[in-house]
Amino acid sequence: MDAPADSEKLRASQGYTFPILSDAQDEVIRRWDLVHPHGGIGGADIARPAEFLIDSSGKIRWVNLTEDFIVRARPEQVLQVFDGMNFEGRSGP
Amino acid sequence: MKRKWNASVGLGLALVLAGIVSYPLFFIRYPTLRDFPWVNLPVMALGLVLVGVGIARAFRRPDLYRGKIFGSILGALALALAGFFCYEIFVMARQLPVSHRAPQVGQRAPDFTLPDSRNSPVNLSGVVNSPFAPDGAIGPAIGANQTAGVLLIFYRGYW
Repeated sequence: MDAPADSEKLRASQGYTFPILSDAQDEVIRRWDLVHPHGGIGGADIARPAEFLIDSSGKIRWVNLTEDFIVRARPEQVLQVFDGMNFEGRSGP
Repeated sequence: MKRKWNASVGLGLALVLAGIVSYPLFFIRYPTLRDFPWVNLPVMALGLVLVGVGIARAFRRPDLYRGKIFGSILGALALALAGFFCYEIFVMARQLPVSHRAPQVGQRAPDFTLPDSRNSPVNLSGVVNSPFAPDGAIGPAIGANQTAGVLLIFYRGYW
């Protein structure tokens, strides 16, 4: 949605250490069926909020598709899922 | 005898307004108070009660209190604002598509390449076993017996 330059401003101002990717053409959200049609300003198609935990083999291990865009996955919730996950028989240090 | 200005109506409307604007400006930072407006709804309800009290006494004792006309107008405004807030929070926020065809647990994540905030291409299958350096750059793949994985979050944007 946002252009890389907008994301860079946010990243720099908040000090985020994770990469923020830009799907300006809605290409990925279409392929992943995560489009919220006309959900954006002026009726633009934007992403519905969604969270995926993907393991090192590329397999999806946890999905959160909220039904209310105010209610998102909380960090502690994701960490709990992560702790309960056994990545192919090896748990992290 | 001079009639009173009936401050209850104005105070009530001010509380309704405060209940609305404090949500995006302040309470949105606290997950519990954001997920459900536990503070905002009671504040707005109290505001509506005060407006109601003010209007009621303007009609019952017009000899003592002003506000039959301006009270009714401000009351309608307060009700409309409170209704708008509830509509946005409880109806609009829940108008999300079901996303039946979204990737599910157990499936391989469909691969993609997208630019990061500095326009460097990032490939999903390439980063699932690469840690991210603190500056957001993608580091070299770590050893084969170590695992990383990725938490992929889709946001609505407009930052």
